[in-house]
Amino acid sequence: MPVPLSTNVGPLELESPTMLASGILGISTEVFGRILGEGAGAVVTKSLSTEPWEGYANPTVIGADNGGMLNAVGLSNPGAAEFASMLKKSPDVPVIVSLVGSAEPDFEAMVSEFKDCNVIGYELNLSCPHVAKVGLEVGDDVELVGRIVGAVKRATPSPVMAKVGLGSANYMDTVTAAVDAGADAITAINTIRAMAIDADTAVPVLSNKFGGLSGAPIKPIALRCVYEIAERGGIPIIGCGGISTWRDAVEFILAGASAVQIGSALSGGRTGVFSQVNAGIGRYMEQKGHSAISGMVGLAAKS
Amino acid sequence: MQQNPNVPSVRTVLSVTDETPTVRTLEFADDILASSRPGQFAMVWVPRIGELPMSVMVSETRGNAAFTVRVHGATSTGLYNTPVGGAIGVRGPYGNSFDIRRGRALLVGGGTGLVPLMRLISQAPDDLEITLLMGARTSDEVFFGQRAARMRPDRLDVVVTTDDGTLGVAGNVADEAARRLGDGGFDAVYTCGPELMMRRVVDEARSRGVFVQASIERVMKCGLGICGSCCMDSHLVCTDGTVFDGDHLAKSGDFGYAYRSKSGKSTPY
Ligand SMILES: Cc1cc2nc3c(=O)[nH]c(=O)nc-3n(C[C@H](O)[C@H](O)[C@H](O)COP(=O)(O)OP(=O)(O)OC[C@H]3O[C@@H](n4cnc5c(N)ncnc54)[C@H](O)[C@@H]3O)c2cc1C
Ligand SMILES: Cc1cc2nc3c(=O)[nH]c(=O)nc-3n(C[C@H](O)[C@H](O)[C@H](O)COP(=O)(O)O)c2cc1C
Ligand code: FES
Repeated sequence: MPVPLSTNVGPLELESPTMLASGILGISTEVFGRILGEGAGAVVTKSLSTEPWEGYANPTVIGADNGGMLNAVGLSNPGAAEFASMLKKSPDVPVIVSLVGSAEPDFEAMVSEFKDCNVIGYELNLSCPHVAKVGLEVGDDVELVGRIVGAVKRATPSPVMAKVGLGSANYMDTVTAAVDAGADAITAINTIRAMAIDADTAVPVLSNKFGGLSGAPIKPIALRCVYEIAERGGIPIIGCGGISTWRDAVEFILAGASAVQIGSALSGGRTGVFSQVNAGIGRYMEQKGHSAISGMVGLAAKS
Repeated sequence: MQQNPNVPSVRTVLSVTDETPTVRTLEFADDILASSRPGQFAMVWVPRIGELPMSVMVSETRGNAAFTVRVHGATSTGLYNTPVGGAIGVRGPYGNSFDIRRGRALLVGGGTGLVPLMRLISQAPDDLEITLLMGARTSDEVFFGQRAARMRPDRLDVVVTTDDGTLGVAGNVADEAARRLGDGGFDAVYTCGPELMMRRVVDEARSRGVFVQASIERVMKCGLGICGSCCMDSHLVCTDGTVFDGDHLAKSGDFGYAYRSKSGKSTPY
């Protein structure tokens, strides 16, 4: 009998520990259905704002050295209300809704839009590194983080995850503020602020100049963050950053993650990454004699 | 360390050819893009201005590739205005390609949608009998006819349609496609151009049981299957396409009906 891959992230119950990261293919319920069919335990939507945003001009997404990816999409999204009306047409596709905003009223207004949708949780984007007044600029203001997380917790009975990244404040203070305000889990990490310059033309490549680095180059940093948050304790963790193989995923679980998110590894049409990673985790568990994901979470810290 | 192929590589424009008052072809040297398959595209960076998806046009010079661009918004205008000696960045090619069958093929294109069909003609087996239907609004906007005939002197019949009747057959190219299909004898239909035209061509071919494929355009930000902006139902035009079988397209609630705007909102055609 195959080992069960189910995992709990606080109150969130997942059939498999691999999730689609926010902002990756995150605008269509039909695509979400496909990704869930590929074996993802959950899908996270593109970060949604109160109003529709066009995002930045292209180039918005390009490759980076050593298998990385650089993006400054600029949080383009159709807006929470439009998105909710799309979700209502597909009640059979459960999603985690990612929200981005500047203050409590933005988040409260958006949560109320999703009342009649199949939303299994909210992820608060406190960590996008390339848009003014939201994302990391909010995450760096720990007092504001506490107010926003508290407001969303009061607005919904669904699990609330706070997604953190590396900004100018100590990210652990952001984690603490979110935990103290009642967050059910922490997602770590978002992309890391970065840029690309073309030597031939002496021009920054991204239209926004600055973007976020993701993929393989950030994996060791993300792994370190998950380990540190686990050491701090008291909160379930979703690991994210540079995961593309079962071995990467296992490393994050051993560092302290109860589930992982995958983003850049889908590049080139590799939607099959979820089933491949799941299968690899299952083989690893059999080999090592683990009967549940929960038995592996944070093992590296106990060694 | 090898450079990531998804980082734009700068190429120098070697020649610029005016096709119509609003369409130009820019050529450059690039071995990898030169061997693109029909239906594949590149992401083209116009430094300081933008980046956009472009089908890879064939060149008559070995090792060269080209883009044929129509003036539209800021980035296409920037590309159109790039002079000989100017720099553009390219990454790709991305996407799948047409499945070229044997026998008799009907190619139906309009405007810059002819680009993948030109590459198809250049890579078609010698014994394929090709009829190329080229649609335009008016005679000034007709291009590529002579180049197609030069690329393939035999077994190619070029038919022009213009909506205003100023050149070739008067009327819509989809109507002409329907007429030709009605005459019978085609083994495959390949189309690229305005989506409502393609929807009609796909329906006409399928109703007669003829194999048909269309190369689809959508708003594209990444070309990598990451951003989702190019989604058409559960498929991604950049990685699952650009070429889709008619049988798939006939089931699509989006093909011929809706695309995602830059914000990701489903927008009717
Ligand atoms: C695979 C592919 C191949 C292409 N090949 C060519 C080519 O060979 N030659 C060529 O001239 N153009 C081609 N295009 C179109 C081209 O990429 C641009 O969309 C077009 O040039 C306009 O870009 P722009 O930045 O100048 O205008 P923008 O400033 O982007 O303005 C264009 C407007 O049209 C809308 N729009 C863009 N794309 C679409 C779409 N697919 N469907 C509906 N609305 C849309 C935008 O939302 C915007 O409102 C191709 C597109 C794709 C996806
Ligand atoms: C194109 C792109 C868009 C993204 N958009 C969002 C977003 O809207 N909200 C968010 O919280 N994270 C966003 N991210 C960050 C990812 O969710 C993820 O945290 C990051 O890419 C690291 O994971 P990876 O290395 O597996 O890609 C985006 C990443 C990419 C590459
Ligand atoms: S263009 Fe980004 S997923 Fe296709």
